[in-house]
Amino acid sequence: MKSKAAKERKVLMCGNEVIGEAAVQAGCRHYFGYPITPQNELTAYMAKRMEEVGGVFLQSESELAAINMVLGASACGARAMTSSSSPGISLKQEGISYIAGMELPAVIVNVMRGGPGLGNISPSQSDYFQAVKGGGHGDYRIIVLAPSCSQELYDLTALAFDLADTYRNPVMILADGILGQMMEPVALRQINPKHVKKPWVLTGAKNRPGRRLCSLFLETGGLEKHNASLQEKYRRIKAKEVRCETYNISGAEVIAVAYGSSARLTKAAVKMAEERGIKAGYIKPITLWPFPEDVFIKEKDKNKKYLVVEMNEGQMVEDVERCVGDRKRVFFYGHAGGWIPQTEDIFKRIKKLA
Amino acid sequence: MKKVFGRTRTLRDTHTHYCPGCGHGIAHRLVAEVIDELGIRERTIGVAPIGCAVLAYYYWDLDICEAPHGRPPAVATGMKSVNPKNIVFTYQGDGDLAAIGFNETIHTANRGENITVIFINNAVYGMTGGQMAPTTLCGQVTATTPSGRNVKRYGHPIHVAELLANLPGVSFSSRVALSDIPNIMKTKQAIKKAFQVQMDGKGFSIVEILSPCPTYWRKTPVESLKFIKEKMVKTFPLGVFKECGKK
Repeated sequence: MKSKAAKERKVLMCGNEVIGEAAVQAGCRHYFGYPITPQNELTAYMAKRMEEVGGVFLQSESELAAINMVLGASACGARAMTSSSSPGISLKQEGISYIAGMELPAVIVNVMRGGPGLGNISPSQSDYFQAVKGGGHGDYRIIVLAPSCSQELYDLTALAFDLADTYRNPVMILADGILGQMMEPVALRQINPKHVKKPWVLTGAKNRPGRRLCSLFLETGGLEKHNASLQEKYRRIKAKEVRCETYNISGAEVIAVAYGSSARLTKAAVKMAEERGIKAGYIKPITLWPFPEDVFIKEKDKNKKYLVVEMNEGQMVEDVERCVGDRKRVFFYGHAGGWIPQTEDIFKRIKKLA
Repeated sequence: MKKVFGRTRTLRDTHTHYCPGCGHGIAHRLVAEVIDELGIRERTIGVAPIGCAVLAYYYWDLDICEAPHGRPPAVATGMKSVNPKNIVFTYQGDGDLAAIGFNETIHTANRGENITVIFINNAVYGMTGGQMAPTTLCGQVTATTPSGRNVKRYGHPIHVAELLANLPGVSFSSRVALSDIPNIMKTKQAIKKAFQVQMDGKGFSIVEILSPCPTYWRKTPVESLKFIKEKMVKTFPLGVFKECGKK
């Protein structure tokens, strides 16, 4: 019998490959992608692994094609995934809107880079708005998971497939160039994919009437009803799927808020502050949608200050302001364009606010 | 009394939303008849386009999925990859297939995806009000070419069936017309051949169907059929441009 250690062997892997391995372990056998930096290791890894496990890898002619191949594979019941980086994710938005409207599961990985436009290939958190506030057209939500280390890349990718199937909804892994490129040890724990019944899948209408999957509702009141049902689903997701890591919120005078790569650096800065006698804590949202609103709303102390650290010009900070309800106590530290915050500099800002 | 004619199994019993004289109704019926004659209804999956035929699922009692504008070949590729035993076909108009989705069309054909494409060429965008399509004839008046299609501005109509026939991944490429009974029968044969090619695992098959759009051709249904026979086929010659096994 294999020991637990053997089952959970730790290996040194590049972040992009960790996502790929988690997807394979989670039962993903259909991957469609198009080259773009800084996520190319994931595409190459899936090309190799899909051959090994007898899955389907297809390098598509465009991001548009890739997301629509995901749509087709998902409509036929497969656990399907695509990945890209910021400009490519913009191209996928049309398909994501359709997938959300048709209520199909799908996992989309965005290894973010700097924007707008072609931007650059440096790590960035430039796509928070796009991921969390809609991205494509129409009133829809996608679940957005924000890993901050390789282990979370592995665990959250596995979770993404379960959530996508459970809610028949797209799920995005919002990583960045640091996470994608970085190598660190990760425990490849055994993943037991959740088996969700899919009575809506297109298989050919054997001994039954034909099924249809669509996002078009022309009959009077039809689209209104469909949207109401989507909103009901989103309320269920908000009630059940918020994930967040917190540290010393109650004792802190200054609470740092960050996700992804910037959360790691922010946690180190909070520790540095504590060592110097400053009452500091942090909130690290793991689900960016649903946003951990209650953590902020339930905080009754009206003197606490919040420092939001992002590798952009201030995007999540708007959600923090919304939830805190007092903009005067919410501060922002961040830049766009490939900038990475230094622990020392975050610490200085925490110190200034304390 | 002996029943000599009826609705084929795959067609639903419903009213049509298509305009009088529109070719979609005939094309839908031919596809349904072919599917039933080949006995593949229970393993067939269709992909509906954006355009008048987005509502194809109102008429076919099949498993059907909608696709974003121009993306049916990509959706079909994803579907076929899940279960290659399924018979997967797309039904697309000229704007969908030859304008916004031409990249998907070319690459899906070039990969030799084992799917069937039913391509309705009526030389206009029907659903949005009769604008110029990639297949609009030279000089043809549309909502966006009020003085007629100017080839200096917009180039010549795209010949999809000939173009795709050049790709090694394409096993069957044919152009037919819904202009009269003999041609409708030929259209059915071509559709059947295309599905047969897929059933034999030979790769990509496409049938381009010249189809009337009386509403946006500003013609009566009878004039529209005459227009196909006298004008359209001069630009778009009928015939089989490719028929072979996948290399």
